[in-house]
Amino acid sequence: MKKIFAFVLNILMVTSFWQVSFAQNRQDKNEVLIRNATVLTAANGTLQNTDILVQKGKITKIGRDLKASSGAQIVDATGKFISPGIIDCHSHTMLDAVNEATYSVTSMTNVRDVLNPTDISIYRALAGGVTTANLLHGSANAIGGQNTVVKYKFGRPVEEFIVQGAPPGIKFALGENPKRVGSNPQPGQTSRYAITRMGTMEVIRSAFVRARDYKKSWDEYRARVAKNDKMAVPPRRSLELDPIVEILEGKRLVHAHGYRSDEHLNLLLLADEFGFKVATLQHALEAYKIAPEIARRGTGASIFADSWGYKLEAYDSIPYNAAILYKNGVLVSINSDSDERARRLNLDAAKVEKYGGVPEQDALKMITLNPAKQLGIDKRTGSIEIGKDADIVIWNAHPFSVYARPEMTMIDGEVYFDRSKDVQKRADLQKERETLEKMDINRAPASGGANTTLPVVPREKREAHRDDADSIKDGGNK
Amino acid sequence: MKLRIMNYKLRATKSFFHLCLPVFICGLISSVFAQNDASQQNQTGRAGTFAITNARIVTVSGATIENGTVVIQNGKITAVGANVSAPSGAETIDGKGLSVYPGMIDAGTSMGLVEISGGVPGSVDVSETGTMNANAKAIVGINPHSAHVNVTRVNGVTTVLSMPVGGVVSGQAAVINLNGSTQGEMAINPNFGLIVNFPRISTFGGFNAGAGAQPLDYSQAVKNRDKNLEDLKKMFADAENYAKIQEAYARDKSLPYPTTDLKMDAMTPFARGEKPMIFTAERERDIRGVVNFIKGTKIKAIIMGGQEAWKAANELKQNNISVIYTNIYSLPVHNDDPYDYLFEAPSKLQQAGVKFCVATGDAGAEVRDLPYHAGLASAYGLSKDEALKSVTLYPAQILGISDRLGSIETGKIANIVVTDGDILEPRTNIKHLFINGRMLPLTSRHTELYDSFKDRK
Repeated sequence: MKKIFAFVLNILMVTSFWQVSFAQNRQDKNEVLIRNATVLTAANGTLQNTDILVQKGKITKIGRDLKASSGAQIVDATGKFISPGIIDCHSHTMLDAVNEATYSVTSMTNVRDVLNPTDISIYRALAGGVTTANLLHGSANAIGGQNTVVKYKFGRPVEEFIVQGAPPGIKFALGENPKRVGSNPQPGQTSRYAITRMGTMEVIRSAFVRARDYKKSWDEYRARVAKNDKMAVPPRRSLELDPIVEILEGKRLVHAHGYRSDEHLNLLLLADEFGFKVATLQHALEAYKIAPEIARRGTGASIFADSWGYKLEAYDSIPYNAAILYKNGVLVSINSDSDERARRLNLDAAKVEKYGGVPEQDALKMITLNPAKQLGIDKRTGSIEIGKDADIVIWNAHPFSVYARPEMTMIDGEVYFDRSKDVQKRADLQKERETLEKMDINRAPASGGANTTLPVVPREKREAHRDDADSIKDGGNK
Repeated sequence: MKLRIMNYKLRATKSFFHLCLPVFICGLISSVFAQNDASQQNQTGRAGTFAITNARIVTVSGATIENGTVVIQNGKITAVGANVSAPSGAETIDGKGLSVYPGMIDAGTSMGLVEISGGVPGSVDVSETGTMNANAKAIVGINPHSAHVNVTRVNGVTTVLSMPVGGVVSGQAAVINLNGSTQGEMAINPNFGLIVNFPRISTFGGFNAGAGAQPLDYSQAVKNRDKNLEDLKKMFADAENYAKIQEAYARDKSLPYPTTDLKMDAMTPFARGEKPMIFTAERERDIRGVVNFIKGTKIKAIIMGGQEAWKAANELKQNNISVIYTNIYSLPVHNDDPYDYLFEAPSKLQQAGVKFCVATGDAGAEVRDLPYHAGLASAYGLSKDEALKSVTLYPAQILGISDRLGSIETGKIANIVVTDGDILEPRTNIKHLFINGRMLPLTSRHTELYDSFKDRK
């Protein structure tokens, strides 16, 4: 019967888990010296037997025989490999809700409002070397909600996760997902426009036409105010159109979910027409078919390394996608879109080297510097360079080896994952668990426990499909 | 496939034909396309006598030969060793700098039963309706010309178990080689084992529009599980009774003629332990449940899934139950499970002495990742040798084909992969591939699309 109450224990234990493991690091912030590693810089090649000095969260020196001040934390990385923290350019980790699926345009929503800093998937991603993520709204709408770029500071208050200065963005979605959500209404509701690729494109066009008119009315109003026109009446504010005006003004990045090359190309043509740039094509599993058109516009592609065949529009996906895009000069990142896959993005980057021969450092960039560029945060993270944030992963082997595992993951010079400490604490956690299980409140009524009602059993969390509208029926989670 | 490029050029050409040509070309393309796809999948290679010389031979069953020769003749491995010479007339492949491995075996897939899982039900044949489908046979649903077949084998996976899913008794899984124009040509054991989804406690209480998934009261969930378990027991009792009646009639024709029941008929060899029964089960209580369930029966059980199988290691060993582990690409179920809980499980099984193998558990498209499942298990505890065995010799043993497959030994079927490095590493390239001694082209739907578009300007 003890098992019945294990679920309740989870809740208690997770809380103590952070307390035990991750509140310890603030004092380390001043100075860290990592010694004698093989450093994959993702910018300036691979450096052997190299030290990295971290001061106040930044990389201040890279070289040999570096000296640290007396209070510094010293990490001996002899025989180990260092890479920049991995940046996942398409994630829904730590979101309590992913899809606001009611309208075809939900640009007024922002995933910032549903961040859950206690999601255990954050810790698991850290244990796979991920430090930064682009948290995106789902793909239920032609124009979805606004994104948030975070660093995985697990154990810290949610405000500290937000990457300050990251340009705001927004999710668009083309193809099967918005079509399917439109054509599968809840009981008692009618279909939502649009249910075809024709209609989806018109939803987007209509939003930009309305935003253009809306902007014009505001421009006129401001011009009148500037001329001291006391009769000027401000236009009604639209939370829906404000973010779209920002796209037109080049202040908001468009991350456009899509699969088929034709519809991504149609979006690029629409962007040409309205004079904005699409920041990234997300998924873009057929982008290799239109690589020159994408390259010409300076648009990036954020793709899966080799997922394919899970729906019709993913049937022409090939693992050579990244290589073809790369050879055409497209800025490519490899993302996970999955709490599970996020843990092994290093192997996805290795696959890019295998399929089509992308050089090692350029393959590594696809999970580090390139996504940083796509998100507009490459001045501060994405590579091991002096002046950048100390977002660092220490691996036991080359991160492109299947035998590699992260030993330590740092963000801004603070340790957020340390395998040796994690392993050490397991025995304590087991003891704590046993103690909690013996507590009256956690014992079954039949065994004389004080608890007279059965606990509410949390649903087992199953990993969602890699495609983010697929489990919308499951409470909109992922 | 090359025609696709032409189609693009046509789109860009503002010619007189702009409107009508694409329609015509599209028709043309779709017919050519279909032919191309079929012919691509029909690339069943060529037979011959082959000698791979000067290669590093990773035999798996014995010591690695640093510089040796493997001879392939009549579909079999006819010689292996450092001092073997190529027979006259053999096609010689210089293996300098290369490694020779046995083809990898994935004992947990639904290869050929699912082409496109999402939104294309016409391409999905993996789950029959109803709860009891002992007579549903994967081998008659497998599409030999699925694009997944070539994509998988060119990454070194040459043999798979393909299984139906769903219901309580899903049907019979087949062991197939990933080459052949017909199901019969692919089959190694067309009716290997019966898939039984061992009833588990599920607190999923259905989906309520608007409110999402509803939890089910735990005690109710336990009752449901118990009832499902009783039903399963009854199914087996019925099968046993059915078999007795049939046998009695065979002995004494004066008895009333018993009608044939296909489902019961199909169940008999599995219920009597003539063939194995594969129970899907993950949690410790369910694994122990399987052990209790088969006690006193003749059932030969195998566990598929096996997240917490190591916790019941003693019981599994005592009852000679092996584990097909399919959870490397899964997240731990509980928040307080260690982050590497499911990466470490194969190592724990190995340490506990349970017979196990590593499988993907994937329907088809990602089965080619099998080496990385084994490699990750090695990053978290399994030795490199054991990791390699866990996708070659061990699955062969569990699937009852280790006399024919799973290692490089004289007399075995020539399923052979030649690589430029460690076969479990993601950067390693496959250089040559043999299944049933046939040398196969290293092409797939993916390489053909790549060739079609890589030079498009």
